[in-house]
Amino acid sequence: MKVGLFIPCYVDQFYPKVGIATLQLLEKFGCQVSYPSKQTCCGQPMANSGYEHLTHDCNRLFINNFAEYDYIVSPSGSCVLHIKEHLHAPESETQNEGKATHIRKRIYELTEFLTDILKVENLEARFPFRVGLHQSCHGQRGLHLSQMSELVATPFSKPEQLLNMVKDVELVKLSRKDECCGFGGTFCVAEEAVSSRMGIDRIDDHVKNGTQVLTGGDMSCLMHLEGVIRRRKLPIKVMHIAEILTATE
Amino acid sequence: MTINHATAAEKFNKDFDRTTWHDETLWWVRQKRDRAAFSIPEWEKLRDTASQIKHNVLSNLDTYLVEFEKNAQKNGITVHWAADAHEHNEIILSILKKQGVTQIVKSKSMLTEECHLNPYLAENGVEVVDTDLGERIVQLADEPPSHIVLPCIHWKKEEIGVLFHKHLGTPEGCADPTLLTHAARENLREKFLTRRVAITGVNFAVAETGEFVVCTNEGNADMGAHLADVHIACMGIEKIIPQRVHLGVFLRLLARSATGQPITTYSSHFAKPRAGQEMHIVLVDNGRTTQLGREEFRNSLKCIRCGACMNTCPVYRRSGGHSYHNAVAGPIGSILAPNLDMTKNADLPFASTLCGSCSNVCPVKINIHEQLYEWRQVLTKSGHSPTAKTLGMKAMAAVLSNPSVYRLSGKMGRLALANVPFVVNNSLNPWYKQREMPEPPKESFGEWYKKNRG
Repeated sequence: MKVGLFIPCYVDQFYPKVGIATLQLLEKFGCQVSYPSKQTCCGQPMANSGYEHLTHDCNRLFINNFAEYDYIVSPSGSCVLHIKEHLHAPESETQNEGKATHIRKRIYELTEFLTDILKVENLEARFPFRVGLHQSCHGQRGLHLSQMSELVATPFSKPEQLLNMVKDVELVKLSRKDECCGFGGTFCVAEEAVSSRMGIDRIDDHVKNGTQVLTGGDMSCLMHLEGVIRRRKLPIKVMHIAEILTATE
Repeated sequence: MTINHATAAEKFNKDFDRTTWHDETLWWVRQKRDRAAFSIPEWEKLRDTASQIKHNVLSNLDTYLVEFEKNAQKNGITVHWAADAHEHNEIILSILKKQGVTQIVKSKSMLTEECHLNPYLAENGVEVVDTDLGERIVQLADEPPSHIVLPCIHWKKEEIGVLFHKHLGTPEGCADPTLLTHAARENLREKFLTRRVAITGVNFAVAETGEFVVCTNEGNADMGAHLADVHIACMGIEKIIPQRVHLGVFLRLLARSATGQPITTYSSHFAKPRAGQEMHIVLVDNGRTTQLGREEFRNSLKCIRCGACMNTCPVYRRSGGHSYHNAVAGPIGSILAPNLDMTKNADLPFASTLCGSCSNVCPVKINIHEQLYEWRQVLTKSGHSPTAKTLGMKAMAAVLSNPSVYRLSGKMGRLALANVPFVVNNSLNPWYKQREMPEPPKESFGEWYKKNRG
């Protein structure tokens, strides 16, 4: 199966190792992975700020880059959700709407691709640490990667299912298991006070419950939380879930 | 001028411990709601049903309202129609004038807050005493409520003690909730007994019977209405439900969502005036038909004012109700307020991370976080966005639309961060105030890929 690897802009620029781990993971399970070199961004930073009408060029680029793949996979629930909900061909290019639809239907966040499409049951990874999972809202509430605490429904969690396949991982139980970290895209600077406070509170929950390594499916939330951890000089390491799923420590 | 949400929230967050206390108090209410919801196995089905009933109501609002009017009149209730807040206030004043009354009691009604009835009546020489304890507290403090169900949730009991000492003569330093409540009750008792007109809100109005239902925990609406010669009930036109049987859905959801109680202590049905009493109902539009016409925002009118979205909202819990500068705060307020005034409330849809928790707790399944996103688009397109932001967004879009420009600026950005960090790590960068910037890697993923797989 031909998989197009979509590495979000901030992962590309700041967290190349997350992209590498994602690539290795997909290759390990026999996917034929390519990284279209002309990709940039899904357009979400503009759209969530109220400027969806400025995302046409990003959309065109995205369609050109990814239309030919069987699946498009990305290590970010948030960017995947944006594409799923908002990718359309620019109005002047309606002939490409079919390609946009194909992408919207075939784009997957990494963990759901592993559990639902590749049906991974064994990872041969080892990571002997107490791991605290941050459930990013767009992945959880948007893509339903795990059950939401507000709903009276059966619990499940795709990222936890995978982490449980990693030898010696001890998952930390949090007091608030799916509260938002406060990143929120441009919210993190437009509403700096609340954003920072939310980040501080999330980290406190991890500190209190003994997290050694903080992980999650969205590097954007983790970048914000890592910023809080480093400012406060806390002994918590931050890693994307792809890095733990490929770990052999 | 109204202070925008971000500025008010920043001020709120200056007191770290108080913010912790506010967040934990409301989180406790959210947990109570969870326990109540999880005790009902068919909870999600109830939410679906409630949402569908309201869907039907919104699609047939005109007929249900007329049906309600006809049946209410048959019951002996006088029905008034108000196009906006001003008309609503005028109607109330005219009833009071006719009665020759200058002092009234009022139980909780967010609609009268929305219409700014209290200041209007004060200007016209009428004294209003709010009889809900929480509302009485904020009234004595000369503040608006900060929460639609828990109006004084931002006040600590010690502070209420000081307030009551000043206004009600309780002993100095007394912060005992039972004693303070008793003092408020004593004080209110005299008002209940002497005021001839009582205003209440309306939680549900039943079209088929012409009755309306008022839900309170304190019984203050009943006390006011039963002791007064004239009962005026004020309701937004979206409060209609088709049949009495539908209360079986809404009453099960309302209190569980609001406070985690199985049902409000009092769910009082007012069907007709008792002998010698006058009963009025004021049906208020005030922008609701405009919202009904906005397809993407129509569902916001399903709201039953339970406040669950506020209690779960991580932003509301850490910024307080007053930071929303609107009668209804929190996520639901942020999608209702722009309909009333886009210029004044343009900041509110941005006071959210779009985490989606609000939509999940909403008992009538309003897609609140999606409407927040949609309002952002509408506000931006209609010119309610700061010019600097527009320019920034255009520049960002230009960079991200061009792969080679993107790669170059990414590289420059990482180089700058690695070599001249003070360019970004300074007080002008809001990120850096309480967070470190990411450590820039030597190469991007794209560069690594070209070397290793290209």
